[in-house]
Amino acid sequence: MLTAEDKKLIQQVWGKLGGAEEEVGADTLWRMFHAYPPTKTYFPHFDLSQGSDQIRGHGKKVVAALGTAIKNLENLSQALSELSNLHAYNLRVDPSRFALQFLAQCLQVVLAVRLGKEYTPEVHSAFDKLLSAVAAVLAEKYR
Amino acid sequence: MVHWSAEEKQLIASVWGKVSVEECGAEALARLLIVYPWTQRFFDNFGNLSSPTAIVGNPKVRAHGKKVLTSFGEAIKNLDNIKGTYSKLSELHCDKLHVDPENFRLLGDILVIVLASHFGRDFTPACQFAWQKLVSVVAHALAHKYH
Repeated sequence: MLTAEDKKLIQQVWGKLGGAEEEVGADTLWRMFHAYPPTKTYFPHFDLSQGSDQIRGHGKKVVAALGTAIKNLENLSQALSELSNLHAYNLRVDPSRFALQFLAQCLQVVLAVRLGKEYTPEVHSAFDKLLSAVAAVLAEKYR
Repeated sequence: MVHWSAEEKQLIASVWGKVSVEECGAEALARLLIVYPWTQRFFDNFGNLSSPTAIVGNPKVRAHGKKVLTSFGEAIKNLDNIKGTYSKLSELHCDKLHVDPENFRLLGDILVIVLASHFGRDFTPACQFAWQKLVSVVAHALAHKYH
């Protein structure tokens, strides 16, 4: 799936975010809730108003997890094993590419907004593959 | 009939007003062929699609991208009747081109990403929402006449 070139591009691009992880996470989640309202159904316990502490906190968590995945591209399954369990047995977010696909689309939009022309077709392709792979690992134990 | 709020219409129009149909169209189609290489199955006669560089520079890809996005413009001019506007195109994509409608959704999402990369922070969440809705409605309309 991910070629050596893909991995290099992903790590390079991710390195450029340096420090902005919380903002990227919050922006991604906010866009997802805004553009795909059904995704809010997983957060009835959250304050979903723009800039809420909970969105910022959760966005930071999500991006940190992605950061872990990116540091462990050789073994995503193992690196995300805990999260995979959590999603399968606890969170049970609909795996049929529904929410994860919307999250992936919004994350890509946020990266494109920040990187502009640097979000080249090659980078776009690498991230799309990465997010697909991550989504697959998270859904691995669903049944 | 799809309901568009005044704000959505304004967000769509304001982005569209600044879009270079030729550039964005070419870029969106090129990215479709690069990010989802299986979509190349519809373009056997386009010549060299062997690498991202080849695809981006391919004149047939650029020309076709422009055609596709120009047609998108028709939807924007007729927001209140997108299904009607795309009726013939839908039949064409089903009967002659044999394109799986899933591809319309893929292209739509890519177009949103292209706009995000061009407009940066001006492509606000509200903007994205309006455009995701638009590409979804267009994809739906193009699939509508499939049988």
